[in-house]
Amino acid sequence: MKIHIRGGRLIDPANQLDEQRDLFVEDGKVVALGNTPQGFEADRVIEAAGLVVCPGLIDLQVSLSEPGFTQKGTIRSETRAAVAGGVTTLCCLPNTAPVLDTPAVAQLIQDRAEEAGNARVLPLGALTKQLQGEQLSNMVSLKEAGCVALTNAGKPIHSNQTLLRCMEYAATYDLLMMVRPQDYELSKGGCAHDGKMASKLGLPGIPEAAETLDVSRYLVLAEQTGARIHFSQLTTPRAFQMVDAAQQRGVKVSADTAIQYLLLSDDNLENFDSAYHLIPPLRTPADRDGLQAALSGSVLQAICSDHQPQEAAAKEAPFGATEPGMIGLQTLLPLALKLVEAGCLSLPKMVEKLTTQPAKILGLELGNLGIGAEADICIFDPEAQWVFDEANSVSQSHNSPFYNQTLTGKVRYTLVAGQLVHELQ
Amino acid sequence: MNQHADALKLQLNEEGRLRHFLTTEGLSRELLTEILNTADSFADMGAQAVKKVPLLRGKTVVNLFFENSTRTRSTFELAAKRLSADVLNLDISTSATSKGETLKDTLRNLEAMASDMFVVRHPDSGAPHFIAQHVTPNVAIINAGDGRHAHPTQAMLDMLTIRRHKGGFEPLKVAIVGDILHSRVARSQIYALNTLGADEVRVIGPKTLLPRYIEELGAEVYHDLGEGLKDVDVVIMLRLQLERMASAFLPSQGEFYKLYGLTRERLKVAKPDAIVMHPGPINRGVEIESEVADGTQSLILKQVNYGLATRMAVMSMAMSGQATQDSANQ
Repeated sequence: MKIHIRGGRLIDPANQLDEQRDLFVEDGKVVALGNTPQGFEADRVIEAAGLVVCPGLIDLQVSLSEPGFTQKGTIRSETRAAVAGGVTTLCCLPNTAPVLDTPAVAQLIQDRAEEAGNARVLPLGALTKQLQGEQLSNMVSLKEAGCVALTNAGKPIHSNQTLLRCMEYAATYDLLMMVRPQDYELSKGGCAHDGKMASKLGLPGIPEAAETLDVSRYLVLAEQTGARIHFSQLTTPRAFQMVDAAQQRGVKVSADTAIQYLLLSDDNLENFDSAYHLIPPLRTPADRDGLQAALSGSVLQAICSDHQPQEAAAKEAPFGATEPGMIGLQTLLPLALKLVEAGCLSLPKMVEKLTTQPAKILGLELGNLGIGAEADICIFDPEAQWVFDEANSVSQSHNSPFYNQTLTGKVRYTLVAGQLVHELQ
Repeated sequence: MNQHADALKLQLNEEGRLRHFLTTEGLSRELLTEILNTADSFADMGAQAVKKVPLLRGKTVVNLFFENSTRTRSTFELAAKRLSADVLNLDISTSATSKGETLKDTLRNLEAMASDMFVVRHPDSGAPHFIAQHVTPNVAIINAGDGRHAHPTQAMLDMLTIRRHKGGFEPLKVAIVGDILHSRVARSQIYALNTLGADEVRVIGPKTLLPRYIEELGAEVYHDLGEGLKDVDVVIMLRLQLERMASAFLPSQGEFYKLYGLTRERLKVAKPDAIVMHPGPINRGVEIESEVADGTQSLILKQVNYGLATRMAVMSMAMSGQATQDSANQ
């Protein structure tokens, strides 16, 4: 399959490129930029005038829900939502049933993803057996089975001794650990940020210290062990400051946040709308503004969706009794464009945090459109306005707080390994 | 902002009349005053020989209690009966819902019984909101206490107590003492007192028992009982749950009593005619000295009588608000 993408604005942060340029794809790779290579006969010409052509998005944190929770979503349905949102690679969490703590489960997920033929699915292996925080998982075997990192998927590791050993073991083989810091005791039973809104609504709170205290625990142990730690979905500017300071000291840590923490706050909880029940919780408007300000620096390296499909029944209950999380694969890009619109960062910088930087965190040769690169490409109309709703949402579940909102920016085409996997009708 | 309007809209019909009673927050002074006026008339009626009125004749009221409370349920039951309604008491312990039936399914089943009003107590904050959003439009919801969020009928009966004994709210300084953090009553009182124009609302307790940013709800924070009680007109003591010691909110009952227990001695710094209230049940010697609880300034037993009147008022108002909404929809 030979594809000629004509006349688009090519944004490729890895190669410091932002200009109108044609792009040529053959056998799954980018073969040329600019002028048509000699003898190149396109099977398909994509007219991209007025559109942005960029590397496919790489999402560091997604729950696919399969195996085990197919009432919420399946590998097929959720990867379909991914490519509809321009996401060509995603990391999936190990909190499946059975838990992704064996090579067999890792293999099963990858096989099903390949059958589905949508996005690339990179499994995150369980850091501890059954995610119980007690015994080390077979980390090396999991890596050999395709896991790009290890994580305890938000489940606590109570013992610092166990955590230290996890980190020492991971460091021995230079395995990446992804952690979502949240002190177990300080967050137990909580469902909202411990602030004015939680006090008003009488919701059990989760203080900022639940995040920062746990970040400090990881930082101290990372510094001691030399383990590579990536912090997922930090929600407070203070946590980013701590990571930044550690990076200055040479500790091998990186961090992301999810797009919702950059746009929403606990103000949204008024009226007990369970669509806003997230863990970690939405913080204060000041925290949200602080995260937006951090976008101009380097410490907030990547933005993910933290896509978590929940079936209707899981969200139809009093706020605290609902399952946390929201779907986000399909809205990651248009929501990120809101931040560009708001002047928080430039479009190329935004693309970088959605593509090149997550690839770098994972140590993968993805997220760029240089010659010879994998042709994972997202082509979007940055001006197109559309209303995201139940009818055009692709995920199997419908738990998005952004339903019925007008979004700007729509993905027109998505290519994975040179194959057109999504085309807007 | 938008959503706040939604929450408000949920409680009121298109004419601005009460159709559900979920929280005192956001309700107008006029509406709260109307509740008090209506309750006043019922309170006076309690002394008469004929205690029943036919306002809810032919209506079915379901007491839907997901959390045990014999006392509150009994007053709602009696209030409904005095209004001539048929009453169904359903104690749905959380174990029943954990059998797998969702709250929404439970509601569907109850609606099939052609109920007109649900009186709801639930351990989760926001449960009555959820129910109000999901029941058929002609069923009125009365919040009988949800999590730590709100207990609006208790707050209104306290307001009635204050008004009947102090004549009004404007010059009053009111202190609420004890476990504010876990108290849905305190939150509802703070909103009601502010809306009704109280001069000052104070909350008094240790930091472990005060919600964060409580001052933004409209309360002055005091940690010292002596300072907090100075010159107040009304003292509202809250019940201290004894399990707070086990979960490290407090060192001991003894130390709590030493610091926050209301004694005759401590009460002296308040205005000489200050009144003392408590939503009950009281822990004598934990949050209040027996002599104060039974003393001349105490209105604790009066509150029980006003509770009945207030619940009758709210139930009759919500039912009539639903009726006008129904006829508007037809």
